[in-house]
Amino acid sequence: MSLAEPNDTLAAAPIPAAPGRKKFGATVTRAAIPAVNGSLYAARTKIQPQAVRGTFRTVKWALLALTLGIYYLVPFIRWNRGLGEPSQAVLLDLDRGRFYFFSIELWPQDVTYVMGLLILAAFALFLMNAVAGRVWCGYLCPQTVWTDLFMAVERVIEGDRRARLKLDAAPWSVEKVVLRSLKHTIWLMIAWWTGGAWVLYFADAPTLVIELATFQASPAAYLAILTLTATTYTLAGHMREQVCTYMCPWPRIQGALTDEHSLNILYRSDRGEPRTPVKRATALRAAGRPAGDCVDCFACVAACPAGIDIRDGLQMDCIQCGLCADACDTVMGKLGRPGGLIGYDTEANCRSRARGKPPVSRVLRPRTVLYGVLVAGVGGGMLYGLATRSFTGLSVIHDRNPLFVTLSDGSVRNGYTVRLINKRPEERRFSLSVDGLADARVEVVGGTPGDMPVPSDSTQEFRVLVFAPAGTRPEASVPLSFRIADPTTGETARAQDTFKAP
Amino acid sequence: MADSAHPGKSTAGPETTGHEWDGIAEYNNPLPRWWLYGLYATIVWAFGYWIAYPAWPLVSGYTGGVLGYSQRETVLSEVEAVRRERGARGQTHLASASVAEIRADPALLRLALATGKAAFGDNCAGCHGSSATGRTGYPNLQDDDWLWGGTAEEIERTIRYGARSGHGEAHVGDMPAFGRDGVLARAEVEAVTSYVLALSGRPGIAGASPEKGAEVFAGNCAGCHGERAKGNPEMGAPDLTDPIWLYGSSPEQVAATVTNGRKGVMPAWEGRLDQATIKSLAIYVHGLGGGK
Ligand code: SF4
Ligand code: SF4
Repeated sequence: MSLAEPNDTLAAAPIPAAPGRKKFGATVTRAAIPAVNGSLYAARTKIQPQAVRGTFRTVKWALLALTLGIYYLVPFIRWNRGLGEPSQAVLLDLDRGRFYFFSIELWPQDVTYVMGLLILAAFALFLMNAVAGRVWCGYLCPQTVWTDLFMAVERVIEGDRRARLKLDAAPWSVEKVVLRSLKHTIWLMIAWWTGGAWVLYFADAPTLVIELATFQASPAAYLAILTLTATTYTLAGHMREQVCTYMCPWPRIQGALTDEHSLNILYRSDRGEPRTPVKRATALRAAGRPAGDCVDCFACVAACPAGIDIRDGLQMDCIQCGLCADACDTVMGKLGRPGGLIGYDTEANCRSRARGKPPVSRVLRPRTVLYGVLVAGVGGGMLYGLATRSFTGLSVIHDRNPLFVTLSDGSVRNGYTVRLINKRPEERRFSLSVDGLADARVEVVGGTPGDMPVPSDSTQEFRVLVFAPAGTRPEASVPLSFRIADPTTGETARAQDTFKAP
Repeated sequence: MADSAHPGKSTAGPETTGHEWDGIAEYNNPLPRWWLYGLYATIVWAFGYWIAYPAWPLVSGYTGGVLGYSQRETVLSEVEAVRRERGARGQTHLASASVAEIRADPALLRLALATGKAAFGDNCAGCHGSSATGRTGYPNLQDDDWLWGGTAEEIERTIRYGARSGHGEAHVGDMPAFGRDGVLARAEVEAVTSYVLALSGRPGIAGASPEKGAEVFAGNCAGCHGERAKGNPEMGAPDLTDPIWLYGSSPEQVAATVTNGRKGVMPAWEGRLDQATIKSLAIYVHGLGGGK
């Protein structure tokens, strides 16, 4: 029955047929449109994916182990930075405003690197997408990884798809209660560990573990763990594919980032259609008539964690995880047909094959080249910045009021607030000099220009006074150059300002 | 739409909302129900919030909320806590150490400068200006001309007891009203005005001779301001040879000073400010750059 045929149940509905509509040759008539027969708000259809084996599943297991391993274990990697400095390889020290990443130590003013990383991540995501679709979504996105983990737990406890569907339908029994409680307990334990691992990035991990266990950690730590436990449990245990479909913005901009040359997990319709049951296909082929490879077994649909039918084409809900491909390959294997009815391919290839032409593969396209250049550019820029980063800094602010002071002997004085930055893990003593004004005298309130101590890994503010001696009549505004030098290492830093005079 | 291509779908095609315009029908893609429940939950939350926290403005005031939460009080108590903690760390040291001792210890010095800066804005800026640049009659504390002495200790003393403040220890000094009291004749006032202005290279009053003024000065002014007019911090007598004039450097202003005298008052801050604050102020003012 096609849309053109009137729907029996609705034909009786008292909807007057609007005249004139047919003049477009429309096949749709009022009577053919089913009226509202569902709620405006739909309950979620629970998805119980079938377990599969295959290449993609293996890759996913490996990446799951790798990413979770990194997440849970990195806080325990030690790194020697010297006495009094944190010995954790990756540490976000919010109290002191420092971010330690192995040999790199970032200060609040290095926040540009964080911005750079975000930009880099965006471009890398664009590039990935142009080349191979949503590989991020299918394999690396935390939502995918944790959902996969939670599903694995579910499968171990409640059994595979069929058993779970049966359990869902079964009335509450002791067995059901036991299985369900066990599942939720383990989910909550994983969620708790997820939250626990998170806070370890913000303080010395071994110490914090002991503090957490003995209930001596700060309330903020417990609160963070609780929040992450709740979100992990809800998002990975209950929301699952809904996060990808309704909450994540990424699928919504896919269309703009993917083109017909992007690799995607897709159903090779040119090979699969028309769908024919096995026996008929054999008969058809024997008779020399075309028969598609798809046997309409629904294995791909049953395996899909997003609950969709990939044979309908590229869809927003599809996270490109490839599990449908594994499922179909298994079917094809059993039937003695080649695998790859579902697999990584491009729309362009499919179309060209359908027309009987050879596939066209174009990885190098303007957009992939552009994204590649952008990724390389931003990444290179950041590496250069990191490599040439200075450990010494200086900033100067001229007194705003008064701009200058005339002293009793006729000399003119300017005041400055000077901040010295020492990013090295030891105390350093800098010498300050000021160029640009002949015969200028420099004073430091509470110190001497030749010896300005700055404690390790911190900044120090000084009030600096510059005098133009009496008799020299400086111009109203003379450019000054402040320069600090560390006599031990020879490092220097400069800052420009002006000297104001009447 | 071939049926065989979509065996899993309803044969009636996608469900629509029943709305149709010019042959275009609207698919019914229902919103997830948990979303709707989320909306309900936020509405319930809002009611709970209104009851628990301050929420609604009234004609004078607002609904307080049953939790009695007040952001203002939280901030105030936090500020108080910081004060107490700072007091425990540094203020006691500031109060007990001498100005010289504080200046010798970099950490204490920094604390004193910060404390002094804040206290200056609260107490001194009214007269001396927020940048301590003063104005006519109120000394500029940025320069190095000091009526009562410019070392840190001298500045501390001036802040503590004031000048002509009525405090027993206060600085006292008297610039008499030479003209008004009839000590000097008008011509003598003009002459001495021309003389002192000439000391810092300024033009005097036309027709009044600085030579005559020098005589008047020697006879009447040198006692306080010194033979060479270099001033005397003991009496708050300013140096008349520098280019800095507290009450203005025009001939009229100087003549008015000689005629009517000057008695600027600096209040005594002892009893009004605590020890730590007074010392911090002295160190801050000294550190502005003009301190000796
Ligand atoms: S359609 Fe296939 S690739 Fe897409 S989400 Fe489902 S199983 Fe994964
Ligand atoms: S698993 Fe393969 S053969 Fe089975 S329905 Fe899906 S595409 Fe067709």
